[in-house]
Amino acid sequence: MSRLTLLALQVLVAVVAIALWHVLTTVEIGGRMLLPPFFFSNPFDVAARIYKMFATGLVWRHLWVTLVESALAFVIGSVGGIVVGFWFARKPLVAAVFDPYVKMANALPRVVLAPIFTLWLGLGIWSKVALGVTLVFFIVFFNVYQGIKEVSPTVLANARMLGMNERQLMRHVYWPSALSWMFSSLHTSVGFAVVGAVVGEYLGSAAGLGYMIQQAEGVFDVAGVFAGMFVLAAFVIVIDAVVTLVENRLLVWRPAAAETRG
Amino acid sequence: MPAREGRGAAVALRDVTISFRLGGTADFTAVEAASLTVEDGEFVAIVGPTGCGKSTLLNVAAGLLTPSAGSAEIFGAPLAGLNPDAGYLFQADALFPWKTAVENVAIGLEVVGVASAEARARAKEWLGRVGLAPFAGRYPHMLSGGQRKRVGLAQVLIRDPKILLMDEPFGPLDAQTRQIMGNLLLELWSADRKAVMFVTHDLEEAIALSDRVVIMSAGPAARIIGDWRVPLPRPRDIGEVKLDEAFHVLHRDIWAKLKDEVLKGYARTGGG
Ligand SMILES: Nc1ncnc2c1ncn2[C@@H]1O[C@H](COP(=O)(O)OP(=O)(O)OP(=O)(O)O)[C@@H](O)[C@H]1O
Ligand SMILES: [Mg+2]
Repeated sequence: MSRLTLLALQVLVAVVAIALWHVLTTVEIGGRMLLPPFFFSNPFDVAARIYKMFATGLVWRHLWVTLVESALAFVIGSVGGIVVGFWFARKPLVAAVFDPYVKMANALPRVVLAPIFTLWLGLGIWSKVALGVTLVFFIVFFNVYQGIKEVSPTVLANARMLGMNERQLMRHVYWPSALSWMFSSLHTSVGFAVVGAVVGEYLGSAAGLGYMIQQAEGVFDVAGVFAGMFVLAAFVIVIDAVVTLVENRLLVWRPAAAETRG
Repeated sequence: MPAREGRGAAVALRDVTISFRLGGTADFTAVEAASLTVEDGEFVAIVGPTGCGKSTLLNVAAGLLTPSAGSAEIFGAPLAGLNPDAGYLFQADALFPWKTAVENVAIGLEVVGVASAEARARAKEWLGRVGLAPFAGRYPHMLSGGQRKRVGLAQVLIRDPKILLMDEPFGPLDAQTRQIMGNLLLELWSADRKAVMFVTHDLEEAIALSDRVVIMSAGPAARIIGDWRVPLPRPRDIGEVKLDEAFHVLHRDIWAKLKDEVLKGYARTGGG
């Protein structure tokens, strides 16, 4: 299928979905609306609301706040995940001792931590960053750990026969392998950084996309909620496209078939 | 590097036994009381049925595996840890998948502190020597099995090891390419004679390339059951040497002994 046909089909899906939404919320069928506008708003109201958000420039500040929180959560979580992942993978005793605690911490639904982070770090960005970090950290950590453990024993033996010392092994073998695993989960970890930021904002803050949505919901402004959701979705798509670009750049050495990992 | 003054044989394995711990109670003895000496500059081929322990024996010579009993000496010095004099061309894929062909070859020099520009230049030369100059920028997954083996060969040879361990280096190649690669190997080897331990399934290849052919029995508890000197003159051309009368006589002798072992090996492993 050509790119153009594919694009046309993708647009068609959106058009059909929006048309359905419009018809069901504005045209009475059998004496009543199938989707009550009070709960579902309608495409035109939402579009107008989005337009207004950008026209007044109000949305930029919120977007910026969410972006900063996500970026910080991603960077801090990744660095933490890499450091701890390496440490655990190279020191099996440490990994064995901490194993149950890592599992416990990872099993904990992160949302319950939000109030604690708000208590500790206040209503500013850092409580949201902390929430995002707890999500990103584990993904990166598990992937880096796995990446080091899964280095082919033959490649490792070869590296040692070529005379690599521990530092060189780190640089030429473990690090690239860990990075490749980490990058293969880049979409997930970046996505979780955004989730952490938005959920944190939603649960208590003074700015950000999550805050915007929460405010609109508070006054039963359904068009506002939908508008916020669409802006958030567009934001995620843009970020995901950037991640794809970065990924293609960094993983040229990998066969295409392996790209489904993670 | 260990002192070469001792000037013993390049590799001397004495009554080497290798047992693997399996999950249960019983150990699995792969190789039992194998003795093998490879002189400096000597090209020795090791032939045996599949699963008999050829790779295992190379791993011992490389220092990757410590024998359960017996000893390994390298140039007269007991081997402890990895063997720094050995270059090892592994049976399985061992290239770094995240490095291009030229980077894979250059790394052997970079590791010992050669500046990266110089290492790269010399790696390019080596890729040329194994006929892969146009593929320098490719990653391993973009190379064929035979091309990967050649990159591996360059990766090992660029370090100029005194002992060369090769585990079925021409395994995935077709008959013609095998012959070309064999001649290339002989050419490179005769320029600077290293001790070579060359594992292969292919008896003809073993005779054509080597000074000595060593036969192993079918495992488990495989032993070395035959050791033939190859009386063919050098320099050799692999294609032509196979037409030599002495080649045929030797081939018949060795095959008579090897055939039984191969059949035994098949019977035990169910053809695997
Ligand atoms: N790590 C291990 N644990 C248990 N058994 C092993 C291990 N490595 C090898 N073996 C066994 O030791 C025997 C010899 O293995 P090896 O790889 O040396 O065979 P080989 O002669 O190289 O065979 P091939 O020609 O098929 O490569 C085999 O029976 C194998 O199953
Ligand atoms: Mg083998």
